[in-house]
Amino acid sequence: MTAELDLRRGWVGEELAAEFPDLGLIHATLSARPGRSPQAVKERLRLMSDRFTGAKAVQVRQQPVPWAYRVFFRQIGIDPDDRRTPPEAAAVERMRAGAFTSRNLLDDALMIATVETGVPLLAYDAERVEGDPGLRLAIVGERLGGDGRDLRGGEIVVADDLRPLAVLFGDTAERHGVHPGTRSVLLGALQVKGVPDVSVEEALWIAAETLAEAD
Amino acid sequence: MVRWSPNPTGRAAITDVLAPRAPGIVEPGVDERAARRSLLGQIAKLESELANLFCNAYPRTGFDWKVASRGGPRILSLGELERVRDELAERLEVNRRELSDRALVEEQNRRLIEEMLLEPEKHRWVRVGNCDIGEPGCHHWHVRPRFGLLGMLMGWWRVRISSGCPLAMGRGLRLRPRHSSAT
Repeated sequence: MTAELDLRRGWVGEELAAEFPDLGLIHATLSARPGRSPQAVKERLRLMSDRFTGAKAVQVRQQPVPWAYRVFFRQIGIDPDDRRTPPEAAAVERMRAGAFTSRNLLDDALMIATVETGVPLLAYDAERVEGDPGLRLAIVGERLGGDGRDLRGGEIVVADDLRPLAVLFGDTAERHGVHPGTRSVLLGALQVKGVPDVSVEEALWIAAETLAEAD
Repeated sequence: MVRWSPNPTGRAAITDVLAPRAPGIVEPGVDERAARRSLLGQIAKLESELANLFCNAYPRTGFDWKVASRGGPRILSLGELERVRDELAERLEVNRRELSDRALVEEQNRRLIEEMLLEPEKHRWVRVGNCDIGEPGCHHWHVRPRFGLLGMLMGWWRVRISSGCPLAMGRGLRLRPRHSSAT
């Protein structure tokens, strides 16, 4: 079991909040060391693979929570059949590979939480996040991570107080993702219209508990 | 209600009263927000119907579910939201029609299977597969003569029902390369 998670609601930029009043980024910081998944996590992935059949994979888009993210993708100009939502991407990968394959502890934790709840999670190196994370629109001329690639003005980004950390559902700034030397991880769950608080909180709890399996 | 009040100059008073009510002057922010909210709701509804249709259409293939992306993630303009809405509606209509047409053909094929089973001699060599009736798998119904050539000559026809898809063979035993015994 993990210690009590300190769940916090990140800020949402004014323009974004006006367009999507239910949009939110719930986050928590926990100490965790990325690495290989322990046997218990691999076993959980195996059991999850057995439960996740082809019929279930086809019906993912009809389930309320994954459907809410599909709608959100449409509303922000992404075709979810072209760039899949995280729950659907997990389902397709399960069908393609024949199982949920273990990659590393962090990816496995995010995968388990997303498949179980349908909520996509984000993870950053907490020590490289300045202040409170949130969601906003990129400003023209801004760069990803402060010194990375140029961002298009108006792109939706996950940002801290100083700089954009990642493009929403896109690439993460080079030095802000979780790496082998990370000591604490900032886990975030994106909430959109139609996704209840309980699903978001459960996703973060599942991921945190899975990460704690390594201790 | 606008009332006429006597004024020594007349002009200023009329302008003051009528200006705020002049037609064509709208507050764009207020109207656009309502329109955007409505469009976002319509997109959600259409996406829900499209998802249901996708599940109903499975395992049939050959449908086009794609609606072009708009270079997101970003806030779309009103015009872009309208185009997404229109394209979703069009995709939904086209795929509904396609599914309806296919369902009609599949129903005819189901009836054909029943007729084949009742009177195989009238449907010689006809073969109907699961894909022809919108079902998954490799199962098929095939009208063939009993005892080969003799059955053909005697008119002994029957429907052979396949047992389905071939089983996965696994790696199994592999043929070993032959080594030459000559030394």
